Amino acid sequence: MEMKTKRRIMDAAGINRALSRLASQIVERNVGTNDLILIGIRRRGVPLAERIADRIEQFEGARPPLGQLDITLYRDDLSTVGPSPVVNRTDIPVDVTGRAIVLIDDVLYTGRTVRAALDQIVDFGRPSRVELAVLVDRGHRELPIQADYVGKLVQTTEIEIVKVMLADYDEDEQVIVVEKE
Amino acid sequence: MAFNHKDLLGIRELSVEEINSILDTAESFKEVSRRSIKKVPTLRGKTIINFFFEASTRTRTSFEIAAKRLSADAINISASTSSVTKGETLIDTARNLEAMAPDAIVIRHPTPGVPHQLARLIDAAIINGGDGAHEHPTQALLDAFTIRERKGRIHGLQVAIIGDIMHSRVARSNTHLLTKMGAHLRIAGPRTLIPTQYEKIVEDSEGSLTVCDRIEDAISGSDVVMMLRIQRERMSDAFFPSLKEYSIQYGLTAKRLELAASDAIVMHPGPVNRGVEISSEVVDSAHSLVLDQVTNGVAIRMAVLFLLAGGKTEAHSD
Repeated sequence: MEMKTKRRIMDAAGINRALSRLASQIVERNVGTNDLILIGIRRRGVPLAERIADRIEQFEGARPPLGQLDITLYRDDLSTVGPSPVVNRTDIPVDVTGRAIVLIDDVLYTGRTVRAALDQIVDFGRPSRVELAVLVDRGHRELPIQADYVGKLVQTTEIEIVKVMLADYDEDEQVIVVEKE
Repeated sequence: MAFNHKDLLGIRELSVEEINSILDTAESFKEVSRRSIKKVPTLRGKTIINFFFEASTRTRTSFEIAAKRLSADAINISASTSSVTKGETLIDTARNLEAMAPDAIVIRHPTPGVPHQLARLIDAAIINGGDGAHEHPTQALLDAFTIRERKGRIHGLQVAIIGDIMHSRVARSNTHLLTKMGAHLRIAGPRTLIPTQYEKIVEDSEGSLTVCDRIEDAISGSDVVMMLRIQRERMSDAFFPSLKEYSIQYGLTAKRLELAASDAIVMHPGPVNRGVEISSEVVDSAHSLVLDQVTNGVAIRMAVLFLLAGGKTEAHSD
């Protein structure tokens, strides 16, 4: 399927600045890093969580523990047609009970991924609080879910796709809006 | 890396990519069994029937636990408590089960080919839980998973399989799987218990198969030693003079294990007959992965149920 690039909403420097701001807001609201756990949602939430942890370590001198979630087993659209999705590893290295979790993902759209992630986290324990940080909020929510920390708010139509490209997985580092041709 | 089969009937029909995709999926499922809440909602509302015509502790329990950890409803039927004892044919029983709309049926049966016949008749996914002396695909998959987990690879490993090859579906499924993945097998057992032309199984595969007469020849330098149980329930004739003599010639003792690589692993599909095919000392040694195999069996069966009974999605949208 051919994709047409409509506009670029962040370049590498823009992503960097947004992540620095998210990191400082997270430590400001959580008063430091005590009890904090950052959990990235696969795939692109994972490198974003690592980068936010790097920045928190610079500000505070302490690095919060990192986890990663694969939400495939908690999806609400597993049906009987189409190819099988690949299930990747979930890894939460510390007990979440009583801790403050910041979930991290690249794009907040329908909210269904976050719903699945919340269901999965409570299967690991009872955190004192769960917050959500995203690089881009593109609107069109289908569930009552909002982010606590937003890198950039972007107006989109439902046929557009917001593509976050990170050097960890992609050839470029930018956020673009594309549309199917 | 898609797995697009309705059923899992045997290893012979699977490609290397499909085998790898099951093993990779199982790796993610292994994590679920380590959580304090060992359950994910993935197969909520799905029904899985375990239909067992032969005795089984491990396989049936493993499939039942796998189904329950995926939130599916698992129902166990054994032949002795089913209408089969009242004269109903297998096909009629199966059609009646299908009328209750299960999503998957795990079947174990003493006659080879029964799962294949059901698969043609029934819409539900059929999983072969062992058909006579033919195949036992989930056992071979969990063995491969265990080897890969411990050795980091299967390709190029030397694997000895010792014992009653003739009556062993575990040996047959493992022979297909391990040679497809590029392992080199050395088979040993009484000649009466090794099928003629068994080498032909591995034609056009990356691995190889050699039949040895002496257990020592098979074990020497092996990375993996897989022991099999003597399947007395499948034997109609005398294939060897006595269990004692079998044990002396083909039993795995600590002394014989010294011939294998120093970091060799010992596997057994269970049930173990201590002192017959394997000594207690070896079963309980650090080389033995018998209980790891059982743990990994749950992860493999979760992966298989997930891939066959609903782990499919239309499009990957965030």
